[in-house]
Amino acid sequence: MEAVLESEAPRGALRNTAKMTARGVSVYYGDTKALKDVDLDIGENQVTSLIGPSGCGKSTFLRCLNRMNDVIDICRVEGDITLDDIDIYRSGLDVVQLRARVGMVFQKPNPFPKSIYDNIAYGPRLHGIAESKAELDDIVELSLTKAGLWDEVKDRLLGPGTGLSGGQQQRLCIARAIAVNPEVILMDEPCSALDPIATAKIEELIDELRQNFTIVIVTHSMQQAARVSQRTAFFHLGVLVEVGETEQLFTNPRDERTQGYITGRFG
Amino acid sequence: MNSLLLIAILLVLSSVGYAFGQRRARVVSGGHPSTLHSRPQYYGLYVALWCGIPSLLLMAAWLIIEPHVAEWLLVSNLPADAQQLSPDRLSLLVNDIENLASGNIVSREVDPVLQAAADGYKAVRQIGNAAMAAAAISLAVLGLAFARRRIAPSLRARNLVERTVSVLMILASTIAILTTIGIVLSLAFEAWRFFARVPITEFLFGLSWSPQTALREDQVGSSGAFGAVPLFAGTLMITFIAMCVAVPIGLFSAIYMSEYASPKIRATVKPMLEILAGVPTVVYGFFAALTVAPFIRNSGEAIGLDVSSESALAAGAVMGIMIIPFVSSLSDDVMNAVPRSLRDGAYALGATRSETIKQVVFPAALPGIVGSVLLAMSRAIGETMIVVMAAGLAANLTANPLEAVTTVTVQIVTLLVGDQEFDSAKTLAAFALGLLLFAVTLALNVVALHVVRRYREKYD
Repeated sequence: MEAVLESEAPRGALRNTAKMTARGVSVYYGDTKALKDVDLDIGENQVTSLIGPSGCGKSTFLRCLNRMNDVIDICRVEGDITLDDIDIYRSGLDVVQLRARVGMVFQKPNPFPKSIYDNIAYGPRLHGIAESKAELDDIVELSLTKAGLWDEVKDRLLGPGTGLSGGQQQRLCIARAIAVNPEVILMDEPCSALDPIATAKIEELIDELRQNFTIVIVTHSMQQAARVSQRTAFFHLGVLVEVGETEQLFTNPRDERTQGYITGRFG
Repeated sequence: MNSLLLIAILLVLSSVGYAFGQRRARVVSGGHPSTLHSRPQYYGLYVALWCGIPSLLLMAAWLIIEPHVAEWLLVSNLPADAQQLSPDRLSLLVNDIENLASGNIVSREVDPVLQAAADGYKAVRQIGNAAMAAAAISLAVLGLAFARRRIAPSLRARNLVERTVSVLMILASTIAILTTIGIVLSLAFEAWRFFARVPITEFLFGLSWSPQTALREDQVGSSGAFGAVPLFAGTLMITFIAMCVAVPIGLFSAIYMSEYASPKIRATVKPMLEILAGVPTVVYGFFAALTVAPFIRNSGEAIGLDVSSESALAAGAVMGIMIIPFVSSLSDDVMNAVPRSLRDGAYALGATRSETIKQVVFPAALPGIVGSVLLAMSRAIGETMIVVMAAGLAANLTANPLEAVTTVTVQIVTLLVGDQEFDSAKTLAAFALGLLLFAVTLALNVVALHVVRRYREKYD
């Protein structure tokens, strides 16, 4: 297997630091093929950004990585996706375990209608991570601190999570995702509902989180992709057009569709 | 003139006014409607409102005042000796004269004085009605002319029309509130008369209910008892049994329909469940009395229990089935309204479907679910027919669901059915029961609202 990869490595392959790999992934919604034969590796402790015009399949691809597409009845996924060399679509795999390892942050902040504390504690309680109340308190504090929200909310942990501002809510959702201590965090346009200042805070946060987590982010903003990610993949019409080091892709794209997109000629 | 005919004329005038106003606005604008402040329709409506509202108000005022004026005239025209009568007898006389004038049956000999007074009264009313019709029509025409003259490009017709419409809406909502107040007051006054006969403490805390009043001192069974406790105990027990049936079944089917069922199944199952709400309660009554009650009695006997053939259990169970759709349909709707993003958030943290429902969807939908349960409950408390047929009339104070009990609504019905005198404690008790029932359901609603507000988890 290794030898095959070495000799005829697909475009999206990384040599040895891949946390997740996708090979020949196609996604169908009913009869429509939304994603066509995508090969892409996700580097460990790296930020990988997925860019491309609306409807290009980048969010669909992201949702394949923690099998969120399972929730949609008409959606069908083909191909292989592995996490630490384990096929996540093999039968008998526990989706719950997978999602505990691959967390997700959504486009629109979606805190649960519970207190800030309960929002963070939700995941740990679900998976029985904390042994005691004190340990749970620690997890909540640590997650909020990592998400840069602790100082703002420490005095109102029992207040409603929905009472926070949009940017705070999104950081709350990130803290919630961190609290179950995942290995990979998927972010689906996490800043598209936020103002520039909140966006800057989240981008800073993403950069810090890279130390401990592998991050995949879908974004519409090419500046954001350039700022936060080390590796960028460009999707167009359900096809992975080009993938490479972020700097290389933005300064010296190999494909002319990529060139057209990043210079703003379409999309 | 007939009031209906007059109203029709006024409406026709108003629509003429609408057409006039619209045309006038076009003319005033000099063929450029865009120079007008509002669209021409609003000028039309403006004229129509000026034409219709004042004249209709005049008419309404007249309909309220006119009988009093006519009666006052009638009394002042009566011979002096008639005017000396006591108020009660005078009002009887006036009643007779009015009846004579309108051609109804009269309770005394018709003498020339009476006939003259009736004729006079008739004439007064005719003249009055004709004058009112003339006044209303001329007011309408005046209003039309006035409004039409005021039309100018700078007239803010839209603002005026919208303000009038909003006043109308306020009036409409006030009517609903006033009606409620009226109902409560009418109950309260009758209940007051009841409490003048039976002490309120006996009514509220008395443990036996046997509503009868003696005609003679020595009558058999003359002692009546008006303790409402057995009735409310019966009502609460039957409601409790009904809720025990309806809430679990309703909630589980709601969860199944909104979370597990495919859209196709949901589209079939939901309307089928809702059919239950459309079955007439009398039919449920048959079902309870002829099928469920004997079944319960037989199965009770089989395991050695003594079950009466009319039992609270039978009535409560059937009532529970009747209100299942209230719980299931509404709960299903509110759970469907919980945003998908919340479910996604839970799934992304590794929650299973059932965990998501228990911990995210259900709490978020709780206020609506409580609302649906409350609606079902007030339905159960107010339900009469099933209980009449299946639970019986015996006011037993018991906690045993296998015995016959009766409810507040059933007793109200039996108290008011048939020929009744409206000044005996027996009849008036119905109003006191109604008032108390109203107070209980109101209190339940207030408590539930409070609970919902306290524990609600707001999304969005």
